[in-house]
Parts: sequence; C-alpha cells; structure tokens
Amino acid sequence: MGQANVDSELEALKAGDEAAFQSLVQRYHTSMFKLAMTYVGDRGVAEDVVQEAWLTCLRSLDRFEGRSSLKTWLFGILVNVARARRRKESRILPFASFFRRDDSDSHRPTVDRSRFGSDGMWSDGPHSWDNIPESKVLGDETLQHVKSAIDALPRKQREVILLRDVAGFDAAEVSSLLGISASNERVRLHRARAAVRQQLEEYLK
Amino acid sequence: MNCRQVVELMTDYLEGALSTLDRARFEQHIAGCDGCTAYLAQLRMARKIMGRLADEPVPAAVEKELLEAFRSWRSTR
Repeated sequence: MGQANVDSELEALKAGDEAAFQSLVQRYHTSMFKLAMTYVGDRGVAEDVVQEAWLTCLRSLDRFEGRSSLKTWLFGILVNVARARRRKESRILPFASFFRRDDSDSHRPTVDRSRFGSDGMWSDGPHSWDNIPESKVLGDETLQHVKSAIDALPRKQREVILLRDVAGFDAAEVSSLLGISASNERVRLHRARAAVRQQLEEYLK
Repeated sequence: MNCRQVVELMTDYLEGALSTLDRARFEQHIAGCDGCTAYLAQLRMARKIMGRLADEPVPAAVEKELLEAFRSWRSTR
C-alpha cells in the first residue's frame, strides 16, 4: 500500500469511517492476537489485551502524527499493553511459568550435528520438496504443523518470527518495536525459522 | 565453508547481513551443494507458509465487539 493510501486510511479512520476500521481489524487482528499470546499465554487475557490495544489506538488517534506507519504504531501499542499485562499477571501466576529456559540468544547450532559427517558436509542432508505436490506443501494440514511449531518456540523467538514472517514487518521495524539490536533480532529469527523448517521437514518427508 | 557452517549463515544471507566476501563464499558453496540448496529453499517455503497464518479470519463475535467499540468511540467525538 502506497503512502497516499496509508494517509487516506488514517484520515478515514479519524473521520469515523467504520469500513476503514473494519479493514484494519481484518488485516491485523489475527497477528496481534498471536503476538499477545506470546506475552500472556491465555486466550481470554490475550483477547482482552488486543481489544485494549485497539481502544488505545482509537483514543490516541488524534495525537498520532503519522511519523511511523499506522501498522507499526498499532503493533507498538499492542506490545506496550501486552508487556504491562504480563507484568501484572506475573505477580499472580507461578514464577516458573514465566521463567522457562529460553535459549533464543544462543549461538548453538540449529541443525543436529549427527546430520553432518566429520568433514562438516551433509551425511543426512535435506531432500528437496520440489516433488511434493504444492497442494500438500501449502495445504491446511501443513499450516497446522507450522502453527504448532511456532507455538512450541521460546517466547523471544516467537515474537520475532510472528512479527517478521506472519505480520510481515521488516527487520528494522521489528528491532525498534521490540527494543532489541539488529543482530539479536537476526539470531532469534534464525533459530525460529530453523525450528519451523525442521518441523516441516519431519512432516513432509 | 562446509555445510554445517553454511546452514548457520542462511538467515544472515537472506537478511543481506553477510560481508561481500562471505556472501561470495556462501553462494559458491550453495551452487555446488544440493543439500544446502534444498535447505535454503525450505527456509523460503517456511516463510511463505507462515505468511498465510495472518490470513486466518477474525472470529465473528470478536469483530462484532470491536465494531461496537468503534461506534461508541465515534459517538463520543
């Protein structure tokens, strides 16, 4: 969407155009909900968080100057609301559930060593998916596997891969939304994508 | 570069974060390696599939509630 369209979308929203709001909801709500789930982990609470983010967005619309895109601004609000709610919930929920081991920033290999020979070349390399029918690779069952692979990721990887590969933000936007360095973001993205690919490989072989 | 090193550079490659020299070495390796070529294609496919997750429809009840919230916000302006 070009800048002119984005501006007219913002204007429509400010003017109270319901269709403009509905279109935003349809485009972003699902990604926002998935992102909220990485912070609070309970569907009901996550729905609450997303709703609060939408309402905050509407209430502060007149102060939004359009220095970032509407989408970036909206997700920034969501991250703030979700983080605040997480802090609140962490006072109630058991300590352990919030401090599970998270190796998201580690540089450990993402592919099992046993798949390489002593020379570091593949001994058990991946097989191309070119001969698998596209209807299977892109089918609903594959989608379910990808979904559970993402759900199984440590939180720091999940938020990065959701923003990058599901919500479609670019690298710089994600670093700034999450307040992490570009190299941190890349390490987390790398681990997350490797894990999702691994799940897909097991399903498609 | 061997395969074990190359797979760990795949994201840096896709993100355009490799030095010119490393990029050339990476591409040279990929050109002669079916396993790494398949791995890179699979990472790209994984991204493509994940992009579809955003298209899951918003539950009707949730959308209805948000539109109501929108109307009540509009009425207070």
